[in-house]
Amino acid sequence: MKKKSINDRSRYGYLFILPFFISFVFLGLYPVLFTFSLSLQKWDGLAPESFVGLANFKRLLSDKIFFLSLWNTLRIWIISYIPQILAALLLSAIFTMYSVKGMKAFRAIYYLPNLITAASVGLLFNLLFNGNKSVVNNILQALQAEGAPFDFFNDPVFTSNLTSYIQWWMWFGYTTILVMAGITTIDRNLFDAAQIDGAGKGQTYRRITLPLIKPTIVYITITSIIGGMQLFDVPSTMSDGTGEPDKAILTVSMYLYNQGFKNHNYGYSAAISVGLFVVIGLMSILSLKAMKGKGGNNGD
Amino acid sequence: MIKKGMINAVIYGFLLLLVIITLVPFYLVTVNATHSSFEIVTQLNLLPGNYLVENYEKLQQYVNIWSGFFNSLLVSVVFTLVSGYFGALVAFGFAKYEFKGKAFLFFVVLASMMIPGQVSIIGFYRLGLKIGLVNNLIAFMFPFFAPGVTSVSTIFFLRGMISQGVSGSLLEAARMEGCAEFGIFNKIVLPCIMPGVATMCIFNFVNSWNNYIGPLIMITDTKKYTMPILISLVKGIYLTNYGAMYLAVGISILAVVVVYLFCSKYIIDGLTMGAEK
Repeated sequence: MKKKSINDRSRYGYLFILPFFISFVFLGLYPVLFTFSLSLQKWDGLAPESFVGLANFKRLLSDKIFFLSLWNTLRIWIISYIPQILAALLLSAIFTMYSVKGMKAFRAIYYLPNLITAASVGLLFNLLFNGNKSVVNNILQALQAEGAPFDFFNDPVFTSNLTSYIQWWMWFGYTTILVMAGITTIDRNLFDAAQIDGAGKGQTYRRITLPLIKPTIVYITITSIIGGMQLFDVPSTMSDGTGEPDKAILTVSMYLYNQGFKNHNYGYSAAISVGLFVVIGLMSILSLKAMKGKGGNNGD
Repeated sequence: MIKKGMINAVIYGFLLLLVIITLVPFYLVTVNATHSSFEIVTQLNLLPGNYLVENYEKLQQYVNIWSGFFNSLLVSVVFTLVSGYFGALVAFGFAKYEFKGKAFLFFVVLASMMIPGQVSIIGFYRLGLKIGLVNNLIAFMFPFFAPGVTSVSTIFFLRGMISQGVSGSLLEAARMEGCAEFGIFNKIVLPCIMPGVATMCIFNFVNSWNNYIGPLIMITDTKKYTMPILISLVKGIYLTNYGAMYLAVGISILAVVVVYLFCSKYIIDGLTMGAEK
């Protein structure tokens, strides 16, 4: 009798999770498989597709612009990620070890840029920096900065670093909140014990907090790789979709968008997507292994 | 004592510096959206001006920014409601029922979060062409996987909440009363987890509102442009009309800032709870 009622109910289990699987198969999985199959075809968006085998991938492996865009994306990510995690560690240390008045307000303010439309942010920074009479140049000239006004968007290094800065600005508050969430899960007794043993604040943070929030850091790093390697909105709207100057902020996603939706090489664009997929997968596995390995050496 | 004061001064100084860094771009939007384009290029403006109305009129001359606003609102509200409701239903299925293959099926849910969205964009476009979703705002209203955004984390988050917060005996009692399984979800489980659903809805709304690449590939009909698409076109339309462009940026971020002013506590608590799991 009881067994029957459980079996009966398992039907409802399947029924209730069905909406996810319908959505997953048609809108999640199918487009991905479609992208994979399209990467073996030639398609201009109008004429029927034709099978070309691995031709798109051969082209991809000898495509200097693809590798340049990969390097751009990686560089922009690293230069924004390192200060991001450092700021988050520093802020979380301050917020958890000192009783800062208005801590929640500070945290809420730091998180705000993360919620703003990234496309708008790209346009905003374009407006602020672009041209001799831009707001930033007006400020610099008022401060009598040497060499002002600057032609900011003619400088590839500056433009790339500005993109990293914007990404940092948008994400350091978010990262801080996640690191703090990781810290609150640590058993308070450990901190009390450390204090009794006479450990200082810095020592406690290095020896107890850091090793114990490693899973949080791993999570943040991997999600940041996945997001960062797909960077599109900010560099796209900041450079009107071109990635200029000198293709310095042409990211992989921008390149695949341009190849597909501007040049109508959808097959090649799909091959770039697959390439990006492989790179993101490898980077995620590598960083997971690197951090796990490090944890093994430091572990008690 | 003096040393402690010094440390405090350094800490608060640092925190305030970061506040300034965070807020300066918002302030500059406000200042420049209220000055004329002539003022913006000829002088340094540090305080808001009184050119807001003129900028707004200029902006409306070429682009109906509210049409983009309305399209974004429509898409985001439907996506949020649908994802919130079905997300809770799927979470309930995973949290409170036993069935074969449950562990594997839940793994599929988790794994689907790791698929980079950019990889499905080309395939989605091809699919959209086949089934008539190109230039159709319905493409962005599906639960969980709309082009450019996913809301799978809603399931993960709410499953944890139902497992911990909704007791089995409550469900049994409802069954004794003759309540059907689907009725249990609607009448008992959903009200119980409403705060969690609301939190996830805020995130899904913001993600959908900010979605740029999805509409960029799927929508070419200007009447159906969403806010981020309009924003990306503003520069080509207004050229040197800086005041109007700053105002467009301001309007596009206003909705999210207003939502945040009222819900920042729920948003940050939601983030924190999500990370602790």
